[in-house]
Amino acid sequence: MDRIPILRMGPVLLVSIQVDMHDELALTLQDDLTNAITTHGARGVLIDISAVSVVDSFMGRMLANIAGIARVLDATTVVVGMQPAVAITLVELGLSLEGVRTALNVEKGMAHLQAVVASAEVFSDSSDDADGAH
Amino acid sequence: MLTARTEQVPVREQHDIVSVRQVVRSWCLNLGLGLVDLTKLVTAASEIARNTVEYGGGGTLVLEELRDGLRTGIRLVFEDQGPGIPDLDRALTDGYSTGTGMGLGLGGTRRLVDEFDVSSTPGVGTRVAITKWKTR
Repeated sequence: MDRIPILRMGPVLLVSIQVDMHDELALTLQDDLTNAITTHGARGVLIDISAVSVVDSFMGRMLANIAGIARVLDATTVVVGMQPAVAITLVELGLSLEGVRTALNVEKGMAHLQAVVASAEVFSDSSDDADGAH
Repeated sequence: MLTARTEQVPVREQHDIVSVRQVVRSWCLNLGLGLVDLTKLVTAASEIARNTVEYGGGGTLVLEELRDGLRTGIRLVFEDQGPGIPDLDRALTDGYSTGTGMGLGLGGTRRLVDEFDVSSTPGVGTRVAITKWKTR
């Protein structure tokens, strides 16, 4: 398998990592997600890592990169389902995934993204009104 | 101290890093290491294997099952014939890296294991040995 599938659900892109990724696969996912955000104008990215048993510094950096790129492209990233042993290891390794928003599971991650998308819509609606008034 | 079992695996290219994670995981399960210790050792192995591939130009990993009295553990010895690490002290400092890694250097990896031994000779190669003991 040389690609991680990206699913689209409205304004949100969904990724579930189910394999032990080699470095190139991680970089391909980073590129594919970047392209998918711009192509679909996605507002949110949800990455499920509940099946991932090891996150080393390379994959940690990949997650941080995706979150950073998405932010620049006006999308919010949530990483969900990190296993407790992975969390302990990451922190001890010295990686706290700063700038990466996390949630305990897919449900909570989706709820957060939906809230972000909804508040962005309210914001853009009100700015449209302001434009109309001029 | 007694070495009960050994196995050698190549660490030559990126895909070997995945194989290293898998063989270390299976050794940990075999020895009955707890989930947190297993995750730490597999992660540490992944970090060092990547160094071996990226900076060492490839090398080998030798896994050893250790018996020391009532204790059992796993030692992983990574060896390459690469350019070596010119300044070991700096390489062991958090935040130091010359390559494409996270800039964590070896310092973070050292915290994940019980014993950490690195020796390097410029122009000859690098040897990193890490050990994790099974907690009873």
